[in-house]
Amino acid sequence: MTTSSVNGRSPLHSDDRERLLSGWGRTSPTVARVVAVGSIDDVQALIAGAGPRGVLARGLGRSYGDAAQSGGADVLDLASMSGISLDPEGGVVTAGAGVSLDALMRVIVPAGFFVPVTPGTRMVTVGGAIAADVHGKNHHVEGTFGAHVQSLTLVDGTGERRVIGPNDGGEEFWATVGGMGLTGIITEASFDLIPITSSLISVDTDRVLHLDDLMSHMIARDDEYRYSVAWIDSAHPSGRGVLTRGDHAPADWLPPKRRASPLAYSAKALGTVPPVFPSGLVNPLTMRAFNEMWFRKAPKSRQGELQSIGAFFHPLDVAQDWNRGYGPRGFLQYQFAVPDQAAHLVAVTLERLRAIGALSPVTVLKRFGAANPAPLSFPQPGWTLAIDVPAGVDGLAGVLDGLDELVLAAGGRLYLAKDSRMSPAMMAASYPRLGEWQRVRDRMDPRGIFVSDLSRRLSL
Amino acid sequence: MMDALGEPQSVLVLGGTSEIALATVRALPARRLRRVVLAGRPSAGLDASVAALTASGILGVVAQEFDATDTAGHGPIIDAVFDGGDVDIVILAFGLLGDQTLAEADPNLAVTVATTNYTGAVSAGLHVARRLRAQGHGVLVVLSSVAGDRARRSNFVYGSTKAGLDAFAQGLSDALHGSGARVLVVRPGFVRTRMTQGLAEAPMTVDPEDVASTIVSALRKGRGTVYAPGPLRFVMAGLKALPRPVFRKLPM
Repeated sequence: MTTSSVNGRSPLHSDDRERLLSGWGRTSPTVARVVAVGSIDDVQALIAGAGPRGVLARGLGRSYGDAAQSGGADVLDLASMSGISLDPEGGVVTAGAGVSLDALMRVIVPAGFFVPVTPGTRMVTVGGAIAADVHGKNHHVEGTFGAHVQSLTLVDGTGERRVIGPNDGGEEFWATVGGMGLTGIITEASFDLIPITSSLISVDTDRVLHLDDLMSHMIARDDEYRYSVAWIDSAHPSGRGVLTRGDHAPADWLPPKRRASPLAYSAKALGTVPPVFPSGLVNPLTMRAFNEMWFRKAPKSRQGELQSIGAFFHPLDVAQDWNRGYGPRGFLQYQFAVPDQAAHLVAVTLERLRAIGALSPVTVLKRFGAANPAPLSFPQPGWTLAIDVPAGVDGLAGVLDGLDELVLAAGGRLYLAKDSRMSPAMMAASYPRLGEWQRVRDRMDPRGIFVSDLSRRLSL
Repeated sequence: MMDALGEPQSVLVLGGTSEIALATVRALPARRLRRVVLAGRPSAGLDASVAALTASGILGVVAQEFDATDTAGHGPIIDAVFDGGDVDIVILAFGLLGDQTLAEADPNLAVTVATTNYTGAVSAGLHVARRLRAQGHGVLVVLSSVAGDRARRSNFVYGSTKAGLDAFAQGLSDALHGSGARVLVVRPGFVRTRMTQGLAEAPMTVDPEDVASTIVSALRKGRGTVYAPGPLRFVMAGLKALPRPVFRKLPM
């Protein structure tokens, strides 16, 4: 590495492909070369020429922490690998890794299909959805995104193009699902879709005044719904919340004027948060007001309301770049999964964060169903709580480390797509199958080419 | 890697017995620290620094042989440290005060001060910058001095080396702009350390711990230049504006 100006170029030179990359939380950015790739040949060439800092795929940058960035590396942008091929008979779609769920829905919803799983934003790519093994409001009945993938194409660390699925290739497929992009570059995937006859969701909404009631309500009746999630007022000591549950509405439930085009679908962001945003906008006062407003705006109880896909599934897409609202220090999302026996950790987490003034506009509680065979897949049966926190809150590091200990002791874990601060020890202890995953990864990437800031930070 | 809450995992100190650097390591958030390399000439003092940081509960503290004046050795040593894993914070802390009167009588002594404080720092700084740029993140903390702001009759040999170092560090900071790596230039005033033992204290004298907390706060805020203590910035601005005949007569 000491050889420098052999080609007359300073080792301090800049490269016009360099970009400062961070996650959705806009914390700890690093610089990498962003390289657009349009074919498997391109991917193979980059892997063959990989430098000491490695290679990593990045989708739409919606992971909150450092999963989709890698300082000094070649970061692959697969946006032009955007093919979508729908098989309406089989209810299966084959999509390029760079296809966003947003683009996908514009094609499949009018054709009578819905994605098997969608997170709270549709601005994620197919490749990213598999790498993070994302979950949605239907996890308690239908599992993660990865569980619906029939096969995927990946270029591994030796440059070999592989087509792997849950049955043939088993181990390597499941190491890739939830593998945070560290087993290879996913270029395409085929997955099951949900048949629908309308683009609307029939939604039941209930305001619940206490966290305990909210949680018992969810335990008792979640099974009756395909989709279920609760929003919690993080500013209120009662842990009150709003429970929304629903399913795709059959076309004949639609009002007469919508019946002519039951599958009509349009989705657009309503506004953009300006790039220069007062950094004090997210503060305890505004957060208390926002939470109060959000709670009040929900009906006390309403059954069978017809909502659009965007309104029900993707409240986070209402404003583009809303993550800038947290100002220059950025924010993080703390999301854990714990078994039912540790249900009290939901209240403990809310209390401890409230105590240091870390109030959140986005606090989401959900029940998880069965886990899948992927060693690093996050969901496990029980509860998951996700809470946004401004990174600049005093005392946050200590409080979160304390919560980590409780989560770990309860047999729980944190979501890698959200994490930006856990310790390597917490990672290893809370994902006991990490070693098993590493053995498969080492086989798929013997030269250690696929590296992210997350994998460096957590010694994955 | 630095995490979302600004907690580093690895630190390299060039000049591993520097009291300011050691106080800075102790003042950093230590929850995620797992590697602290103290580079310096092998000595009982270096071993004691390793032992002291280890005793204060910091994990992974090791000594690394390094000689500021052996510039040919800088590249391999700095490469070896970075090859062992990303470095989040590098503190360039080596330096000699020297004795102005002796140096005036024996220019060889002045050369030693200049070689260490300036030549050595230029060499090590460039090697570090090359590796920080390659990893796309990290901060180089350069311990400059207010003595470099304006040369004084009583210690201009030392002052001139710090002036050179300071200018070098500012230029390096610009060279690294947009690379993900950055430079923090620290200009302490009179600090109570071994280096200044026996000297008459100047106004606004501080302890290494004070400089350390200034550095840690500047790191958190992403600052590029910082005085320690902070108000020295204004004092120095005033001193720099004084006409030379007046400045020359000041009792310092």
